[in-house]
Amino acid sequence: MNSKTPKTKAGQAAEKLVEAQVGRSLWDDAWARLKANRAAMTSFVVLFFIALACFFGPFFTGHQYDTVYRNYVKVPASLAAYPRDDEIAPALEKVLKRARLTAENIKIADKEVIVQATSKRAINEKAVRYFDRSDLFKNAAFSGFSDDKKSVTITAKIDRIHFYFGTDANGRDLLTRTLIAGRISLIIGLLASGVALLIGVTYGSLSGYFGGRVDLIMMRVVDVLYSLPFIFFVILLVVFFGRNFILMFIAVGAVEWLDMARIVRGQTLSIKRQEYVLAAEAMGVGAGGILRRHIIPNTLGPVVIFVTLLVPKVILLESFLSFLGLGVQEPMTSWGVLISEGARNLQGASWMLIFPSIFLTATLFALNFIGDGLRDALDPKDR
Amino acid sequence: MTDTKTPLLDINDLHVHFETNSDKDVHAVRGIHMHIEKGETVAVVGESGSGKSQVMMSAMGLLADNGWVEGSVKYNGAEILGLSKRKLNSYRGSKMTMIFQEPMTSLDPLYTIGRQICEPLRVHQKMDKKRAMARALELLELVGIPEPKKRLKSYPHEMSGGQRQRVMIAMALANDPDLLIADEPTTALDVTIQAQILQLLADLQKKLGMAILFITHDLNIVRRFADRVYVMKTGEVVEEGNTAEIFDNPSHDYTRMLLSAEPEGTKEAPDTGAPVLLEGKGVNVTFNITSGLFGSQTHTLRAVNNVDIRLHQGQTIGIVGESGSGKSTLGRALLRLTDISGEVLLDGVDMSEIAGDAMREQRKRLQLVFQDPFGSLSPRMMVGQIITEGLLVHHPELSAKERDLRAIEALEEVQLDPSMRNRYPHEFSGGQRQRIAIARAMVLKPRIVVLDEPTSALDRSVQKQIVDLLRDLQEKNNLSYLFISHDLTVVRAMSDYVMVMKQGVIVEEGLTEQIFDAPTELYTKQLMAAAFDLEPISA
Amino acid sequence: MLRYVFKRLLTAIPTLFIIVTLSFFLIRVAPGGPFDLERPLDPKVMENLNKIYNLDKSLLEQYFIYMNNVLHGNLGPSFFFRDFTVAEMFGNGLPISVEIGGYALLMAIIVGGALGVWAALKQNQLPDYSVMTVATMGITIPNFVVAPILTLIFGVMLGWLPVGGWNNGAWENKVLPIITLGLPQVAVVARLTRGAMIEALRSHHIRTARANGLPGWMVVVVHALRGALLPVVSYAGPAAAALLTGSVVIETVFGIPGVGRYFVQGALNRDYPLVMGTVIVIAVFIMVFNLIVDLLYAWLDPRVRYD
Repeated sequence: MNSKTPKTKAGQAAEKLVEAQVGRSLWDDAWARLKANRAAMTSFVVLFFIALACFFGPFFTGHQYDTVYRNYVKVPASLAAYPRDDEIAPALEKVLKRARLTAENIKIADKEVIVQATSKRAINEKAVRYFDRSDLFKNAAFSGFSDDKKSVTITAKIDRIHFYFGTDANGRDLLTRTLIAGRISLIIGLLASGVALLIGVTYGSLSGYFGGRVDLIMMRVVDVLYSLPFIFFVILLVVFFGRNFILMFIAVGAVEWLDMARIVRGQTLSIKRQEYVLAAEAMGVGAGGILRRHIIPNTLGPVVIFVTLLVPKVILLESFLSFLGLGVQEPMTSWGVLISEGARNLQGASWMLIFPSIFLTATLFALNFIGDGLRDALDPKDR
Repeated sequence: MTDTKTPLLDINDLHVHFETNSDKDVHAVRGIHMHIEKGETVAVVGESGSGKSQVMMSAMGLLADNGWVEGSVKYNGAEILGLSKRKLNSYRGSKMTMIFQEPMTSLDPLYTIGRQICEPLRVHQKMDKKRAMARALELLELVGIPEPKKRLKSYPHEMSGGQRQRVMIAMALANDPDLLIADEPTTALDVTIQAQILQLLADLQKKLGMAILFITHDLNIVRRFADRVYVMKTGEVVEEGNTAEIFDNPSHDYTRMLLSAEPEGTKEAPDTGAPVLLEGKGVNVTFNITSGLFGSQTHTLRAVNNVDIRLHQGQTIGIVGESGSGKSTLGRALLRLTDISGEVLLDGVDMSEIAGDAMREQRKRLQLVFQDPFGSLSPRMMVGQIITEGLLVHHPELSAKERDLRAIEALEEVQLDPSMRNRYPHEFSGGQRQRIAIARAMVLKPRIVVLDEPTSALDRSVQKQIVDLLRDLQEKNNLSYLFISHDLTVVRAMSDYVMVMKQGVIVEEGLTEQIFDAPTELYTKQLMAAAFDLEPISA
Repeated sequence: MLRYVFKRLLTAIPTLFIIVTLSFFLIRVAPGGPFDLERPLDPKVMENLNKIYNLDKSLLEQYFIYMNNVLHGNLGPSFFFRDFTVAEMFGNGLPISVEIGGYALLMAIIVGGALGVWAALKQNQLPDYSVMTVATMGITIPNFVVAPILTLIFGVMLGWLPVGGWNNGAWENKVLPIITLGLPQVAVVARLTRGAMIEALRSHHIRTARANGLPGWMVVVVHALRGALLPVVSYAGPAAAALLTGSVVIETVFGIPGVGRYFVQGALNRDYPLVMGTVIVIAVFIMVFNLIVDLLYAWLDPRVRYD
């Protein structure tokens, strides 16, 4: 703000121009206070890394969020790679059985397996696909066919893959899914808050600025909307918009604007009565100038605070809807969906609950701390 | 009076510190010595920020949480500083009591007056409910509250400010204290009420014989009531002595400055031939106060009732009245900032016939300065922007650089350092902010300025500077002022014509010396007596 | 005061009417019907069902029929749970939800209030920081995370409490639901009480009370707490209405047969009477508790007396 009086003036050296000292605006003060708030600054860092991980992480996990590993359903979180050594032999036998081959001689090395296999019938080259279908092996190749094609040497690489957060009940990598889910949750949070901000600020400032009868009617509408059960709205919106999440969360934003409208209206009403507004009116400043220079900059503080606190609220709401099964649809996912799945698989697969919960709560925590920090910084009581 | 060797209250080498957000300690009181004898009246005088209140707050154990105190405070020879809350409670409320500046908020809004007066009685004297109530009734009679029996059951919000201060006094006197500390007890009250409360305190002292300590910025109070005075400045006592000595022969510069800080001089009336700039004929302002769910109940408040006024070029009309008299509303009505009925003529043209852009054009000739230098400057704009905002409207052709030059000129005109134009209002003191507000009004080269209590929120010494500044500006630019104030001293110094307002009506008007020297109306007489002699005059 | 209550109840009627009307038409605008199952019903059967439930009539007619029934205290049959009327369903479920919600509310006010006062009295000291950290956690962590995690710890790992189910209201089965439902409210009440208390302690009349030498407990309890209760009371009204009408998350996670699930179930199955019944019950709760709040407020604060 306040960049209108350029500081480069000093260089121009007009004869009467006195170099201006640099003032400390209330924003500068607030920023200094915020920087001193350790919880808020830590939260910024945490949030930054969560956002970074969610937006870029999925490119580096080595898994797609919707890839199903049938051999790795509900495997626990682990830093070590899968498959485990003792899983290789049984898995191999299963594959051979499917391919109707009998193993004669199995050699399991660190990175590959070599199998001598026989069959009662001639072995088709295509049988190699049974290996590729398994999640444990890749690049299987047949070599050294016997003349009757009834015996063959198969070499296949062992596909060592990592599931740092384990897998879900369908055998999908939970790390990738958690990050993808975070992407959805964060986008939704920002999107819906943006919509709420837009509607709320416009509605509230108009209502407050015009006042009188207009204000009365506009606020009565808000009151009526308030008294409707909120969940009722959301469910109707789900029904209306289907499960298109972007549309849906524009709609959620359209519901969440009520508080924003009230806050902005209250602010506008009180600022309108301030003497500096009266002074501007006495100078002949029009409605536009008063809104732009006096009212909006002074409502900005509470609005910023409210938006920071609205984002976690919306994320929570989305998670809640997803938890009820009303949110985003498979195979797309969000933290709420993952937590709901985790809750259902509580016994035996607790990692499915724990990891998404950590991400969700860390994000909500960070946003709340930032919001609280902003409030303390922008609105210090003992000023 | 000083028949015992130990003083009633003996303060030695008292320091008060406050811890603030910016890691800097504020050393509010810097090693002061004070003593109060039995039955005497002592005043502690100083401007805001002198630490005068903090001295007594620390003696009473009422410092804010971020403050701490060093030194010694002895009550009848017994150290009370650093006592546990429990032990301190056997002194405060029974032997030492205190009343405060804010009568409106100093009583608990949730309990009846009777119950609140009873509390200290029941705690300190272990009275039962019935006896305490009887004593409370006695006390209300003592402090002159009408219908005391009924008032016992009233809540604070049902009483006026003056009555609440009486209740505070009743509470403070409940246990026959030896010392009553009065922290600016009349500052928030209207002049006539001020005089009544001060008289009440003086009478009660005569009757009950306790010592009174006044903390005040008002030298009139000191002169009239105090036996001895301590003058405080930035946390130190710069001068002490008997009241008469200090007033006749101040030794410290600061004391001399305080004593000469009353605005002085008078203003000559402009030539009789000076043109009338602004004229109000039969001005009425009514407010509809709506209540009920759909604004079903309305009642009408007549804030300004049929006022005629003529402001000549170069003239200053002082409008005097107590709070709620409608004087500020009249000022705004004349600038057409509220809806009115009646006529306001600007240069002989009815303002209601000037519409839209033409009115905006006229606005630059009419400017306004407010009482509250904190609320009247937009907190998120730089001083330069605040001052030049009017230029954006009226001289859109000016470049940013030219506007900056105008801001520099305006700041120089009000004797502020122009290099501060990129600073923000919160970085300035009250007096400086008021100068900024004046610069904002002057930058448009107006002809008429409405000054709405421009000095009331300021210390006396700063008041004087602002008054001088306003007079200089008037002379230089041939301005006309409408000077609205409850402060008769300032009005006398500023204006050549005075109108006295009460409940929306002008009760008396005339040339300044005429009104001040020979008021005819009873109300004007009461005002004068209250303001200059601190004597309540009953009707 | 009775006149005030009466007047308030009277003004509640049009509001209720608007809410019911709005909800009625809103839910009908949504596509789909109560009997659109995955396997379509025989057209004949469908026609019969529609006839029984008056769905063949025009929307306006249906509206008047429904309103008429409601005025006679008949909330209609459930379309989905066909053996029950809506009134029966609430008769069964509401006491359960009210019981769980009531305990949660009680816990919120007592524990939250006490923590808030403690934090305020020890402002910027260790108790304050710890209470506020825990409160932030309580507000931040959603109950659908808390519920399964508490179950994981106390049900699965420690085995102290049952993992879920109602078991005819055995106390072990109530503990976790009540705690889970109450925790966020404890946190909110603690924060509110702390803020209000700090403000109250700074006010001028507290200074007066101290200057009068009143003992510390009297200053805190008699003078500060009563004023500090006001914002808590305003919050507790709507919160009580929400708690007592059941929580869909708690009831789903712990398998409790309360009324919190009716709304979601009803809306998804287009069980119109059930949805409408829920709307009416919730609206009535909200209004009643708003009234109670206003009465309490007026009792606590003489400046706000009913007129």
